Amino acid sequence: MSYYFAIVGTQDNPLFEHEFGTSKQGGDGMSRFNEAARHMNQFILHSSLDIVEEVQWGTGQMYLKHVDKFFNNYVSCYITAGNIKFLLLHQPMTPNSAAAASSRSSTSIAANPTSPQTEEAVRNFFVEVYENWVKTIMNPFYRVNMEVRSPVFRQRVAAAGRKYL
Amino acid sequence: MSNMTPVKGKEQPGLRYPSNGKTIYHRPLNRAKTSELSQASFAYLFSEMVGYASKRIVSIQDLEKRLNTQGHPIGLKLLDLLLHREPARTQTRPLTIITLLHLIKQQLWTHLFGRAADGLEKSSDPTRPDEYMIIDNEPLVNRYISVPRDMSQLNCAAFVAGIIEGVCDGSAFPARVTAHSVGKQQAAPAAEGEEGGEGKEMWPGRTVFLVKFLPEVLERESFLAKG
Repeated sequence: MSYYFAIVGTQDNPLFEHEFGTSKQGGDGMSRFNEAARHMNQFILHSSLDIVEEVQWGTGQMYLKHVDKFFNNYVSCYITAGNIKFLLLHQPMTPNSAAAASSRSSTSIAANPTSPQTEEAVRNFFVEVYENWVKTIMNPFYRVNMEVRSPVFRQRVAAAGRKYL
Repeated sequence: MSNMTPVKGKEQPGLRYPSNGKTIYHRPLNRAKTSELSQASFAYLFSEMVGYASKRIVSIQDLEKRLNTQGHPIGLKLLDLLLHREPARTQTRPLTIITLLHLIKQQLWTHLFGRAADGLEKSSDPTRPDEYMIIDNEPLVNRYISVPRDMSQLNCAAFVAGIIEGVCDGSAFPARVTAHSVGKQQAAPAAEGEEGGEGKEMWPGRTVFLVKFLPEVLERESFLAKG
């Protein structure tokens, strides 16, 4: 399971991005995106913004769950009060490598991107990122739609990824 | 600058960490209910802010615009902070004008001033469905401010109007917010009906925050109402 996480500002401008892999089931936390398709991740995430903008007015919830799918890539979204979108693209293992893994892994969050457990894990990840996000914007020198460069923020996002995904 | 050494050998040279290693990310977002600031120190700071904003201005509108600009980022930040402090069950983004204004009247006002706003009204003028009024009988920011006679239009609560505007803009309800004194000279048309003459003497500093939403907000609102 590989993840690509991005924070997108109100002008559809990327503010932060981070790529990581699963740490559950003995994962090493490294992403395993296909090198030939890796550059597509940003496209796929940004193309889901249209759907996000439709869904966001249907519910007041911040976690919009899984909003888009592009072949084997699933996109989940969390939208903050200030209309900043957290987008997480998850790509489950390719079928042949999943079959190679033990049958137990079929219940893991990595293999079932649409299961309730995955939804909950992604929610926990987003909530933790949101807390750090609020801390970021509380910085008096931070203005809306500024890129986030703090290495501490990146560490925190990576830690949340390790913890839940 | 050449003697500036990268602290702790992090990947970004020149980035400085506080000596105790605690960054903004190490501090909790929640605070005790009772932690309040001294009003005297706030008044002092605010008077400096007004003084700063009143330098080289050409008109009162200009001064109010500057105060508004000072408040705007605060609103943007408070929006997310207040929502984060809500219990998880009621943690919802405002979807309609009413829920947004209610958030401002209750949560925002309580956070800033320790009480809810005194009133929330829709413009009674049918030609202006985009105008809403948030009423504060005694704005905290104006408590120690006496406006000179030649600047009688000035209301320093324009700063608070800026905060409101920030909250509205941040939650995708772009609006223009202005502060108006309605204490002595004239009462707002809508306020006249219920308060009558008595309200005028009772609250000389009564301020109305006029929230005027942009047309696209109303358009979306009517579209969403249709479902």
